[in-house]
Order: sequence, then structure tokens, then C-alpha cells
Amino acid sequence: MEINLGHSAVTKEIYLDNAATTKVLPSVCEYMVKVMSDDFGNPSSLHMKGFTAEQYIKEAKKSIASVLKVDAKEIVFTSGGTESNNMAIIGGAMANQRRGRHLITTSIEHASVYNPFIWLEEQGFEVTYLPVDDQGTVSLEALKKALRDDTILVSVMAVNNEIGTIQPLDKIGQMIKEKNPDILFHVDAIQGFGKIEIYPSKLHVDLLSVSGHKLHGPKGVGFLYIRDKVKVRPLILGGGQQKDMRSGTENVPGIAGLGEAVRQIFKDFSVKQKNLYGLREKFVDGLSQLEGVKVNGFAHRTEGEETYHGAAPHVISVSFDNIRAEVLLHALEERGIYVSSGSACSSNHPAISGTLKAIGVEKKYLDATIRFSLCYDTTEEDILTCLEVLKALLPMLRRFTRGGRR
Amino acid sequence: MFKAFLIKYGEIGIKGKNRYIFEDALIKQIKYALKDCAAFEVTKQQGRIYVHMLEDYDYDQVVSALTRVFGIVAICPVVICDDPEWDNLTKVVGDYIEGAYPDRKFTFKVDSRRADKRYPKKSMEINAGIGEYLLDRFPEMSVNVHQPDVMLNIEIREKTYIYSKSIKGPGGMPVGTNGKAMLLLSGGIDSPVAGYMIAKRGVTIEATYFHAPPYTSERAKQKVVDLAKIVARYSGPVKLHIVNFTDIQLAIYEKCPHDELTIIMRRYMMRIAERIAKENGALGLITGESIGQVASQTLQSLAATNAVCTMPVFRPVIGFDKNDIVEISEKIGAFETSIQPYEDCCTIFVAKHPVTKPSIRVIERSEHHLADIIDQMVEEAVQSREIVICESDI
Repeated sequence: MEINLGHSAVTKEIYLDNAATTKVLPSVCEYMVKVMSDDFGNPSSLHMKGFTAEQYIKEAKKSIASVLKVDAKEIVFTSGGTESNNMAIIGGAMANQRRGRHLITTSIEHASVYNPFIWLEEQGFEVTYLPVDDQGTVSLEALKKALRDDTILVSVMAVNNEIGTIQPLDKIGQMIKEKNPDILFHVDAIQGFGKIEIYPSKLHVDLLSVSGHKLHGPKGVGFLYIRDKVKVRPLILGGGQQKDMRSGTENVPGIAGLGEAVRQIFKDFSVKQKNLYGLREKFVDGLSQLEGVKVNGFAHRTEGEETYHGAAPHVISVSFDNIRAEVLLHALEERGIYVSSGSACSSNHPAISGTLKAIGVEKKYLDATIRFSLCYDTTEEDILTCLEVLKALLPMLRRFTRGGRR
Repeated sequence: MFKAFLIKYGEIGIKGKNRYIFEDALIKQIKYALKDCAAFEVTKQQGRIYVHMLEDYDYDQVVSALTRVFGIVAICPVVICDDPEWDNLTKVVGDYIEGAYPDRKFTFKVDSRRADKRYPKKSMEINAGIGEYLLDRFPEMSVNVHQPDVMLNIEIREKTYIYSKSIKGPGGMPVGTNGKAMLLLSGGIDSPVAGYMIAKRGVTIEATYFHAPPYTSERAKQKVVDLAKIVARYSGPVKLHIVNFTDIQLAIYEKCPHDELTIIMRRYMMRIAERIAKENGALGLITGESIGQVASQTLQSLAATNAVCTMPVFRPVIGFDKNDIVEISEKIGAFETSIQPYEDCCTIFVAKHPVTKPSIRVIERSEHHLADIIDQMVEEAVQSREIVICESDI
């Protein structure tokens, strides 16, 4: 029998799970080690050690502010994407509830957005969940209808974490502000920042969440951009650090690392982005040569397409006929290729992907979908190897399925 | 307050001339259980086992470690009086009662023994004298020599041992006194319980797990290692054999009727486990099977899986309801780990309607389809197995 689903010696690892987390850049590691071992002061301390630590925070803020084209004082550091989303949504809603108690979001948000909204509903807020079309783009029509006089906050993700669809942030921002400039526009940019251009002022964004470890920075750090004059109630109370917005001694090594990651990622950004789109295109082309394979959301990106439309360069969601995602995942793993089933964040729960359901993916594919996510270090060779492995694996796996021979 | 523990053992006390074997095994297990606590010394004197704590220690940690040692019937925390001079002795006993019993409205009896016959008072005099002292010092206490609430034991040896409290031990027999058996360990609730129960009878446990990558994950394997470590809290280190079963499973899938897949698979698991058992000097197999729980555990199915081995197969939970098994699983601390949702190799290809009343002859005929390849595959699976020594995780 020519069965060989395992035991193959893995020579090189191909990490295609960059939407789950990324490898920390060497320069980021070095920088953080320096902060931890030499410049370990508490930024609140009055002496030199404290001052030095504070400089790292200022520097990181400056780097972030410059790529977003915002003011450094508009950046608040958090423990990561989840806290940023919680702070923006709960803090934003709580601070502005006197103007109204109606909130809007979409039906494909990440749990760290979705669950704060559920909590706010329990507190008496009313939430409208906007539908998306079969490619995962939020309906502008529905947004227009949903906007009310008592709407105080709209939250839409920049790039969907499961299928990579980019939302029309420009049109959404414009529509919100035309209705009422006081309505807060929050963007969860955890998958989008560093992959597509995002300029809050141009897009009328008031609140923007970012996580460090999705862009080759460390875990446990992120930031929330809060536009000047926007009111957000802090969630974490204590010693009043970061101008009372986020108490707790700043995670200086994390923040310094995040700053360094941002500087690295945005170097030659447009060239890198273009290359990544090229790789994505190659991968999707290769996939279309395989039998029983279907890309969810936007398969291709056409030249000259609008910025806020279509597919992000790094996420490709693929459904396979008659294959269980978990088995394919482990089979790829045996060949040194790391991917996610559905969305990594929800992979551990039996709950099946919200986004895939929302875009109308057939039931039989919900448990048969793999997310490949690339980064700027992914090479063409990686992509071709992955395609080759898939080509060999799919027929083998299809031979053995639950419920007996076909 | 307590500087030592008196270890009471029941069943092993009656073992005639072999008794020392059992006592030595018990001492060995006590030493293993306490290896990460403070410095201690275990002594055997005149039919008693004492654990002497040689430095400050965490009382709860030591007691909970001792309550996991099979063979121990009860654990008595002991106060040691270095100077048995009468006034000092009465004071130490009084202070002990004061410290150990905040509420002293109880009846008591003093039971003293004088191993050191040079001691100036006889047992009866000690009993009366201590009783009098205590009644004077704690008027709320009263004597009842027939059914006392508190039996206060005083043993005068080189030192004087005072104890009255008794913590229930797990019972059973010390591991290592009854040979070795091979546990078929899955990731479920039943098999760790089965291993625990057989270990309780003094049997050393080894385990075999069937791993089926890519159909089962690294996490499923880790879960089984974790379960083996939980069993090891009671049984001592468990040698875990991890067998890659994928190829055999796929061969069965390709060559045999699908509704017989689970049964045939289990027959090969038994065969492989028995081979590894023999190689390692184990004398029996242990499974977590319980009659009728699933299709592969009907009497017919059990007969079909049993037919492939010559070793005795121990199924300690065979007559247990799931609830009863869960209760033990919770008691031994395995339940939380057992219910982690990772697929095990028994369910990945399960048929919609597996056979529930397999006939051995039919199954044997189906297995004929594997005849030309299976010996080689079994050999390979056995040879390529991974061995992990799982030590107690606490």
C-alpha cells in the first residue's frame, strides 16, 4: 500500500498562519532584550532610569503616529487587540451614552468586538448587526438604514480575520459623518494594520485598534488610536498612567518592540504589499488547478482596484470537498506547513466560524475550511511547496473519510 | 505541632512471612510520594511505620501526598515529646489537646503503651494520671472508656508519641507487590479510572496509547501523557508506550467491511498491547471497558476483542455505570483532563451503524483480507513506538 500520511522528515518549516500570530523580527527581539536588561526603569520614576524608559514609549508613539499620520498624543498602549477593542467599544459607548444608546457593528466581527457588544446589550444598549454579502463585504445600504439619531458608535473591522475581505472603510466613514459627525467610528484594524493603508483622518476614523503580535511584534501589547477630543471611558483604573486612559506600569519592552516592528514593517511598504499580492495571486492560481477546492471571499485582486475593496494580501480562506479541516491541518503539519482551520481564535471551540456562516458558506464546508495566511517573509518557494503538498495530500485524504468508503 | 505521622496499614498486616515485602513496598511508595516535600525519614519499628519530618514542612501537602499511597489505611499526625518526665509529659499532652481541639466538649479515653518498660509508671497509671490532668485543665471534657469521641494514644518508646487524630488513607495494597499490567489508555474518562483501580491492588502500571496522526493531534497525545501523569500520582511512574496506529487503521479501512472497523481495530490494539506487555514483563491487560457503553463494548464485542489475547484482561469498571466512573474520575483528579475535546483514534472513522453483535468467525474472515500485510505493519508499529516515562505531576 502506498499510504504515507506521516513520518516524513520535515526539513523546512513553512509558517502560513500569520493571521494567528507572527514571528517576532530579530531587530525587535534585540531591541526588547536591551530594554529588559539595561533600560528596565519604570517610566513613572523620577530618576534617569525612569526617564530613559519613558523615551522608549515616546519613540514608539512617534513611529506609530507617523505611519498613521496622526498626533503622537492620540495613541494609548494596551495589552493587545482584545483590550483595544474592549476599550474602544465599551469605553466609547459608556462615555457617550447621554447622546444615545444605539450602536452598530457587523455580523462578521471578531469575538473581541462581538462580545463587548453582547455585554453592552445586557447593559441596555441597542445594537444593530449589519449583514454582509457572499464575499464578506458589509452592506452600505444596510448601514444607511441602520444609522439613527440616537446612534453613538459604529464598529467595523478593516480586514476580516477569517476570509481577508477588506471593508469599504472610506465610504462607511463618510456615510457615518454625513449622518452625524458626533457618531464615533471604530475600526478593528488588527488584521489590516501593516497590510493595507489606513489613515484615520482620511477615513474619518475616531478609534482604531491594533495588536503588536500580528505584525511581527511581541504578544501582550497593542494600541488604541483615540482621535483628539473623542471621549472614551478608561476600563483599567489605577495609578493614572497614560494620562489616566490606561493605568498600570507601561509594558516598556513590549511597547518599544511594537514601535520597532512598525518601523520595520512600514519600510518600503508599498513594494512589500505589491509582492505579497503577487504571491497571493500565485497561490490562488495554483489552488484553482486542484480539484474540489474553493476560495472563500474575494479570490483575486484586480489591478487599479479601490483601496478599500476586495481581498487583503495575506489571508486566503479555502474550502475543500470531502476533507476535514482538522485532518488536513495535521497532515500539513507533518510536512512542516502550519495553517489554521477556520479562524484560529475560534478553532479551539466547537462553535463554528461566524464569518463563514455569514457569507453563506454551505454547511458541509464549515468543517472543511482552512485559512492560509502569509507574511512579508513568505517566499514563492513556500507557496509552491504548499501547493505541491496539497496536490499530493488531497486525493490521499479523500480516500479515507468518516462513514466508510465512497 | 506534628513532627511525625504514624502510618496504619490494614490488609498487608495479615500477610504472614511475606509481610516484610509488603511493608518495604509501602515504605518505598511513601518515599516516592513525599520526594518533593521537606526532608523526612521513614522508619519501621515493631510493626509500625512512622514518617518523621526532619524540617519544617507543609502539613496539607504531606497529608495529601500520603492519602495517595495505596496500602495506607489511616494516617495519624503525631506529636513527639522528647522528655517523658511526668510533669513535662502532662503539659505536652495538655498543650496538644488545646491546640488540636478548639472545641473541647467531647468524651475521651487515654490509651497508653509502654514499650520502654523502664518508665516509672505502668500503662494503667499513665492512663489515670493523664486523664486526671486533662480533666483538671479542661473541665469541659469528660471520660468515656467505652465509646469515647477521642481516643488519645500515648506510646512511650525512646521518645514519646502522642496522637488522637486519624485521617483516612486510600486502602488497597502498595504498588509493586502484585506484579505489572498493561493499561490500554485512551484519552477518555474510563481508562485512567481502570488503571487507578488496578494500581490500587498493588499492581505496577504501564500503558499503551494508540496515536493516529494526522487524524489525531499532538494535543490529543499530550492529553494522554497528562492522564498518565495523573494515574502516576497514585501508582508511581507510568511507562507509556505510544504506538503509531495510522497505517494499520487505514489498512483496515481499505480492506475490511466498514461496520466492523472499530471491532477489528480494537482487536489489533489488544494484540499490540499484549505484545508490548509481554516484552515488558506485564502479566495482564487493563481496559476501561464497561458492558454496553458503546457498540464495541457489548458482550459479543467484548468476546470478539478478548479472543485475540491469551493474557488475562482486567476490566475493573465492567459493571459500572458511567456516573460511577465519572465519580471516581473526579475523585482522582482526572475528569477535567479527560473531557478536553480532542478526537481519539477510536472515533475518527467510526461507522454510522457499527456492528453490535459481531460473530468472531465473521470478524476473523474479514481480517483475512489483511493477511499479507498486517504482520509487517504490526511489527513496524511495535518497533517504532515512542516511550515516555510519566512521573506524577504533583
